[in-house]
Amino acid sequence: MESDNKIIGWSTGEMAQKVAMDIHDGAYVNLGIGIPEMVAGFIPEGREVIYHTENGLLGMGKVAEVGSEDPELVNAGKKYVTAIPGAAYFHHADSFAMIRGGHIDVCVLGAYQVSEEGDLANWSTGNPNDIPAVGGAMDLVAGVKTIYVITKHTTKTDESKIVKQCTYPLTGKNVVSRIYTNYAIIDVRDKQLFVRELAPGVSFEFLQKHTEATLHQE
Amino acid sequence: MINKIVSSAKEAVAGIFDGATVMISGFGEAGSPVELIHALVDQGAKDLTVVSNNAGSGHVGLAALIENRQVKKILCSFPRTAISVVFPELYRAGEIELVLVPQGTLAERIRAGGAGVPAFYTPATVNTPLAEGKEVREFNGRQYVMEEAIQADFALVKCAAADKYGNLIYNKTARNFGPVMCMAAKTTIVQAKQVVELGTIDPEHVVTPGIFVHRVVEISNPADESKLVAENEKYHGIRQ
Repeated sequence: MESDNKIIGWSTGEMAQKVAMDIHDGAYVNLGIGIPEMVAGFIPEGREVIYHTENGLLGMGKVAEVGSEDPELVNAGKKYVTAIPGAAYFHHADSFAMIRGGHIDVCVLGAYQVSEEGDLANWSTGNPNDIPAVGGAMDLVAGVKTIYVITKHTTKTDESKIVKQCTYPLTGKNVVSRIYTNYAIIDVRDKQLFVRELAPGVSFEFLQKHTEATLHQE
Repeated sequence: MINKIVSSAKEAVAGIFDGATVMISGFGEAGSPVELIHALVDQGAKDLTVVSNNAGSGHVGLAALIENRQVKKILCSFPRTAISVVFPELYRAGEIELVLVPQGTLAERIRAGGAGVPAFYTPATVNTPLAEGKEVREFNGRQYVMEEAIQADFALVKCAAADKYGNLIYNKTARNFGPVMCMAAKTTIVQAKQVVELGTIDPEHVVTPGIFVHRVVEISNPADESKLVAENEKYHGIRQ
């Protein structure tokens, strides 16, 4: 229910801010396309975070200003971006060595579904009419040390995205560490879900009612 | 005497044969060798297997090659973009084969192809549909999927500057798949924005050493693919 999402809980910006608070000073971070990109705007002052984009740039800056876009300087979403002083360019195999080799500290991704064991489905709904596309999602969840998911708690038709078992094709199994939704922040630990923080106006009972998976209180 | 410089894109793509495997650099438009691809449209080789991260935008570059029915199969990680029209249509009609490869696995399979490594194990895709039918093996308590190297008959690559030995430097994120593709093809064909004298590129700054490159053509004013797409340009080739 759309109205529910608006009245109760956090806005998308507040969700992004919650994620940003959990990214430590000095972290190397890869932000997925879409809502995860908002996280960069909320990193607290005094923390230095280096952004990695898997198409070959460490030290990604802000989105390019209109009129100064460079078609050869893009991010993983193919948006025109900038590079900060101290940035580095590299080829794709090196870029994914950073990912697969465990050198990137945090990756923030969107989700279709997250299971109570931390399985993630975010690349395909399994609809045979869709053109299948995976990009770097499977490499990221397999290689980055900490995977944060940022997502609305429920779908537009009010179905829970936090499920017992993903029904959509998996991106990775047991890969998610923490889920940030408009209702709560939930940790995945020992294949169980623990509610870390509730959004204003959200009770544990309300949260469980809107969640297919079993939740545990800290 | 070693001189890898050729005088035209047409000369650069000569000899690409029907049924060849062709790697094409680029991440979207960044690093896509549009002029070389258009020369390949003119040249007309068909039944190609293309290895590229994406499947083209609008009706130019890789999309033009696909639209001209020269590609029977494509290996890529992300064939879908907001402005890709040609590939989705042919894919839904069953007229082009897609092999979906995760981006990091694609890059590493190409690198392995160039490095003489026939296969490797990666944690990506374990327990997902993309691991189906592949060997899974445990190392140090964790599962990995075996992936085989990819080699090609030809690679089409875009770079910023080249010399006559084939040493290359790239521009920003247009580097992407270029260096690994140069390594993995029997014949690597490069379009350079600038051809420079030997010694101009500091040996410390060479990104792709010339040993991996076979033909270089200077294309000093390469098209911006996004501009062509925005203007709804179509490339149907020049009749030979």
